[in-house]
Amino acid sequence: MAEQPLFKVTIDNVTVEVPAGTTILQAARKAGPEVAPPAMCYYSKLEGSGGKCRTCLVEVSKGSDRDPRPMPKLVASCRTTVMDGMEVKNLTSERVVDARKGVVEFLLINHPLDCPICDQAGECHLQDLSYNHGASGTRYEFQRRTFEKHSLGDKIQLHMTRCILCYRCVMVADQLTGQREHGVLERGERAEISDYLEKSLDKEFIGNVIDVCPVGALTDKTFRFKNRVWFLKPLNAHRDCPTCSGKVTLWNRGDEVFRVTARKDQWGEVEDWICNECRFDKKKTSDWVIEGPREISRHSVISQNKYIGMVKPKETIDEVIGKEPRLFLDIHDVSQVNEKDRDLSLIEGPAHSTDFKEKDEKKQ
Amino acid sequence: MKLLLENAHIEGIRYFEAYRKNGGYRSVEKALKMTPDEIVEEVKKSGLRGRGGAGFPTGLKWSFLAKPEGVPRHLVCNADESEPGTFKDRYLMEFLPHLLIEGLIVSSFALGSNATYIYIRGEYAWIPDILEQAIQEAKNNGFLGKNILGTGFDLEIYVHRGAGAYICGEETALIESLEGKRGNPRIKPPFPAVQGVWMRPTVVNNVETLATIVPIINMGGEAYGNIGVGKSTGTKLISACGNLNKPGVYEIPFDLSVEDFIYSDEWCGGIPNGKRLKACIPGGSSVPIVPANLLLKTAKGETRYMNYESLSDGGFQTGTMLGSGGFIVLDEDQCVVKHTMTLAHFYMHESCGQCSPCREGTGWMWRILKNIENGKGKMEDIDLLWDVQRRIEGNTICPLGDAAAWPVAAAIRHFRDEFEWHVLNPEEAQQRNYGIAHYADPREVPVA
Ligand SMILES: Cc1cc2nc3c(=O)[nH]c(=O)nc-3n(C[C@H](O)[C@H](O)[C@H](O)COP(=O)(O)O)c2cc1C
Ligand code: SF4
Ligand code: SF4
Ligand code: FES
Repeated sequence: MAEQPLFKVTIDNVTVEVPAGTTILQAARKAGPEVAPPAMCYYSKLEGSGGKCRTCLVEVSKGSDRDPRPMPKLVASCRTTVMDGMEVKNLTSERVVDARKGVVEFLLINHPLDCPICDQAGECHLQDLSYNHGASGTRYEFQRRTFEKHSLGDKIQLHMTRCILCYRCVMVADQLTGQREHGVLERGERAEISDYLEKSLDKEFIGNVIDVCPVGALTDKTFRFKNRVWFLKPLNAHRDCPTCSGKVTLWNRGDEVFRVTARKDQWGEVEDWICNECRFDKKKTSDWVIEGPREISRHSVISQNKYIGMVKPKETIDEVIGKEPRLFLDIHDVSQVNEKDRDLSLIEGPAHSTDFKEKDEKKQ
Repeated sequence: MKLLLENAHIEGIRYFEAYRKNGGYRSVEKALKMTPDEIVEEVKKSGLRGRGGAGFPTGLKWSFLAKPEGVPRHLVCNADESEPGTFKDRYLMEFLPHLLIEGLIVSSFALGSNATYIYIRGEYAWIPDILEQAIQEAKNNGFLGKNILGTGFDLEIYVHRGAGAYICGEETALIESLEGKRGNPRIKPPFPAVQGVWMRPTVVNNVETLATIVPIINMGGEAYGNIGVGKSTGTKLISACGNLNKPGVYEIPFDLSVEDFIYSDEWCGGIPNGKRLKACIPGGSSVPIVPANLLLKTAKGETRYMNYESLSDGGFQTGTMLGSGGFIVLDEDQCVVKHTMTLAHFYMHESCGQCSPCREGTGWMWRILKNIENGKGKMEDIDLLWDVQRRIEGNTICPLGDAAAWPVAAAIRHFRDEFEWHVLNPEEAQQRNYGIAHYADPREVPVA
């Protein structure tokens, strides 16, 4: 096979070389998390994903060396391939910042904002997106759209009201389970994800819809309401699994396995799909060989405390991109639950309201 | 001059016999003796621009069709016609089905399609039968099927019904729907010319575009290109509706002035009940609405004509578009706010819901408009509405987002005082309409 030619592309003044055929988003991820646009629907492991949420819009200020004309519209970086000599503006473009603010607002106008009771809170991409790119208030004054809660089989909960229609789960169902089970019903703002035939999803890999869901629309019923993700300690672990690679992340509290997920990289994408058995049925530490703590290098609540690996923006970044990055509001500094030296593993079990009551009573 | 509807009123023209007797299928006889490339060349010379709305040069589009070895190619006729105000394709298919079939045969030959599809709007429930009949007749007479006219060219034409979705008129949504999938527009590239139906190279053209291939082949591309003005060549079907004495489908020459089209007895015959013209959407619901003063004359004070260039003179600031030719006229009794709200509801209802700005933004715009219309609006709502449409436009997967944003933008741009009046006089606005104010019909007030 012939060598792929390398294309030079500059994103927010950071230049990288990537093979022809690479998307702007992938090139930007290579350039570094500071310049990578947020992506809510694209998923590199799902064919045909991306293009829908519009959070990754960027401005192409120079098409290529050969044809330097800028592109008139903002483009979805996840679905636009780079050209040699292309120049892209992400955070350095006022247009992009404004359009993205708009997209975040659109994604939130009908979102229930029920983070306090949502299992995804703390590892939700929509939370991160809103912190980083959104506005603090809402201009939407109408009743928000709601849907009935829905069970997808006995292991997966669909909470459609929170869905941002990224279609990732549809693609997982389509591409991983060998049979289409999931689809989208209706259209426009009434569009909804559905387990079309209402049959239980017993396909081996269907549990992965939980991991790809960027929000709390699809959650693990074996974990729901059991704990907050930031109280759990992620551990790399593996087992000899006949179906999948068996490489997972365990979310433990002490010795207790609260949930099992695939291992996710810094973009929130899974490294290996895992099977339902590993995810739902292996809930004892003794089922697993523990490798050690899992690094969570995402800028989200789950990476707080000593779960190492959070990459802070390099000091020079503002010099390179020419302005202070708007990205990465450090929510960890803001949250008081997450005081630096607090050792959560020393706290016995999850807190109950009675614990506080007792304390209050003692005070009196 | 009529190139398409010339024979529309001949008794029995819907059937093969009368159609053939009046010169039908000559273009097939002529074209099948040419090479496909020669036909494409004729279409290029004709300067024909797509009649589906965007006005993209048809010959150029055809020349982009990829031709990989051993991969079948397809022609798809877009008969989804669901744009509010547009009903010209319906007329053509209903009265001259053979004209479309004839155009499809020639075009399929030019593009190398042996299986061509007509994707027809679900609500046109009675038309598939008319088309099927025409197809059968053409087949019986050797113009369709195997080895057409002994040339070795095989062609089947299939009629495929949509299920009632405006979005399935967008060419890639149409292709998905044709494949039996949910009608979500695809993300481009790849374009249909490279990967269309079943990932095969595909051309999607409008009904009128494909029917127009017939006169182009009959008279020659150059002769066709000499008719019209500038880059608006040939003739155009306009479906006129709204407050007009004679609404209907007209075939117009491109040098017709808008004023003549509305007022002349040869065309729409003016506005009923002695009312005055307030505004018009000249190209189907997606194009910007313009007030009377900017419709009849451009901002420079020149006469406006019914063609691509003249209607878009002044850009979106003071002009509009010919679009698909759905000509909607509003008289002084119509309320622009209510009208915009109705359109916003349409786009909300028809959004496929794939991309966030369109899915969420269309409903938001409708709700704001509903408040203003119902006397619950605030002054800031007008700016908010502007901001919402601004953030939809250009940021979506397919042009439906733009189509939803433009009418709202144009209404605020030209009729802001009417919106403000609704906000300031919520009660009065429930009782009466605003009227026509400074964008008055520049013509003399008719004597009652
Ligand atoms: C939302 C939407 C709806 C459309 N509906 C139609 C339609 O009903 N009929 C049509 O011919 N073109 C429609 N179009 C335009 C088509 O995408 C395509 O441009 C056209 O069929 C090309 O044909 P033409 O080049 O002959 O005009 C629509 C486009 C959009 C974005
Ligand atoms: S349920 Fe989750 S994964 Fe599926 S479309 Fe909605 S947000 Fe995306
Ligand atoms: S712009 Fe609207 S109709 Fe078009 S793809 Fe996006 S959501 Fe669907
Ligand atoms: S990540 Fe590119 S559009 Fe959603």
